[in-house]
Amino acid sequence: MAKAKRRDLARGNAIAGYMFILPFIIGFVLFLLIPLVSSLYMSFTEVDALGKQGFTYTWIGLKNYNEVFFINEKYVPNLLTQLKNMALFVPGILVFSFFMAVLLNQDFHGRTFVRAVYFLPVILSSGIMVGLETNNSLLSSMKDLIEADTSSVSITKTLESILLTGQSASKFFQYVIDLVNQVYDIAIASGIQIIIFLSGLQTISPSMYEAAKIEGCTAWESFWKITFPMISSMILVNMVYTIVDFCTKSNSDLMTLITNTLYMNFEYGLTAAMSWVYFVIIMGILGILSFILTRWVYYYD
Amino acid sequence: MTKDGRISFWERNRKSGGYLLRKRIGEYIFRFCRAVLLFGLCFLILQPLLHKFSISMMTEKDLYDKTVINIPRHFSTEPIKTAWHYLHGITPFFTSLRIGIVVGILQVLSCTLVGYGFARYKFPLKNFWFGCVILLIVVPAQTLITPLQLLLADWDFPGIRGVGILHLITGHGLKLTGKEFAYYVVCAGCAGYKSGLYIYMMRQHFRNEPKELEEAAYVDGCNRWTTFWKILLPGARPMMASCFLFSFVWWWTDGVYSRVFFAKGNNWVTIANALNGLVENMGHDMERIMGRGYIVPAARSNQILSTGTLLTLIPLIVIYVLAQKSFVESISQSGIKG
Repeated sequence: MAKAKRRDLARGNAIAGYMFILPFIIGFVLFLLIPLVSSLYMSFTEVDALGKQGFTYTWIGLKNYNEVFFINEKYVPNLLTQLKNMALFVPGILVFSFFMAVLLNQDFHGRTFVRAVYFLPVILSSGIMVGLETNNSLLSSMKDLIEADTSSVSITKTLESILLTGQSASKFFQYVIDLVNQVYDIAIASGIQIIIFLSGLQTISPSMYEAAKIEGCTAWESFWKITFPMISSMILVNMVYTIVDFCTKSNSDLMTLITNTLYMNFEYGLTAAMSWVYFVIIMGILGILSFILTRWVYYYD
Repeated sequence: MTKDGRISFWERNRKSGGYLLRKRIGEYIFRFCRAVLLFGLCFLILQPLLHKFSISMMTEKDLYDKTVINIPRHFSTEPIKTAWHYLHGITPFFTSLRIGIVVGILQVLSCTLVGYGFARYKFPLKNFWFGCVILLIVVPAQTLITPLQLLLADWDFPGIRGVGILHLITGHGLKLTGKEFAYYVVCAGCAGYKSGLYIYMMRQHFRNEPKELEEAAYVDGCNRWTTFWKILLPGARPMMASCFLFSFVWWWTDGVYSRVFFAKGNNWVTIANALNGLVENMGHDMERIMGRGYIVPAARSNQILSTGTLLTLIPLIVIYVLAQKSFVESISQSGIKG
């Protein structure tokens, strides 16, 4: 009797679960499955886009993948640099955005204004805003001139050379200096993450902090014992987003290589193969990292 | 003791063995550092925009004047008027606003539902479907858009190379490109731009909510739907607000999806497209007036482009300031966690 009831409940839950995710299933099957599959299929074919009947596909098996890994001299090195940069930047962006979100969550004068300013990178790094100035060919040629003109002298360069020539020169210093040099890029790249962290922080109940304070918790302790565990699920979101965002940024060498293969050489098959190798690698990285972090992320269930 | 019977600060400090003063000083140092840091980073972000702002207030003559750096010598609203003209006035603003709001609401609602389903229910093939969500996050829109366009030009189910139910019945598929409602359907089906991310955000949010909340609701006689709608949805408001915000912003500046769904001939109707074509538009116009071969000077086209960019930014900032209130208000409504 009790067993049957439990089975009923499980079935009811399964049905309810499917009802909840139904919009996704419908949208995915109707609109995204075919594009995904056809792009995957393309990677095993040679595509003739300039023929008379539109696109014609010829099955050539793994030849494209062979070219990606063993023939194309740029792909693998670019991929490795990209992954190295990712390992460098993603932790930086995550720490920076978390730190900023904690600061912006505090109460101070002009908070709305500062928050609005930190929202600007979200806009400036999205959609057409990225390429607006570089699309204008005249402007971009001028920009190189201007940059060459202004970057000759700087205090930070001198400081950097002093720090690096001293005895304390180490890999860690190099890492910090790399990050500091890129602080504008990091600030621009972490707008979304700051907002995700902020909204995560807002869902933590103040009564928890109150209770902790009454028990004699210092701010430092309640940060690590309350804020950090409660926000950990959002750290996972931000990690996934940051990795994907960093990897699919259209101005990296690898993405330029992929788009050039498409738009300059019209090699659809090869482009698809390059993209899919890349996606699979990113998904693998995400899978491994999520697997490691999920054990440590605090969930109620 | 002071006159009204309250103990003065120094008195209290002495009694606490100097702790109060140390604490006060520490607080001030912290505040000072915070202010410096926030101000510095704000400046870093704002500087390029301030520059855009200052050149959008100049006359063209000031652009070539080397002594003018940030503060214009001759103020002028002419660049704003010109940029406004080449952005086609108010119409694209309203079109983008209307579509953006509908798209945002649809995306947030559907993704919240799906995220809740993934967070709380166990069902067969769950991992497979979630893998599809992750795939959706990883595969960039640029990769998907060409095959999607091909599919939507002659849409059918299943739709592989023009074979499907509609072709069997009517002989041809549906043409969904260039149709506004088609994009709404796509968004409601969580297939819009970055829907995967919103699903993931909502799932993570709901997984972090205590189960006791729902159990209490079930005991009190709520069914699964009312539990979701009445108990969990109010607590999810900050997350939903940020999803909406992202959805709106990404729509506002989107140049990929709008080309598929909102192109009418060669006319782009959204603000993103208007901004993208601003310089070209002006170039053609000036060529017509000044004669063939005339090229707009780079400084001038940069000025108009900057002005146009600023104009398109303003509505987004207003929306952000409105939406960020809901980050703050939501606590008082759902502070039961823990």
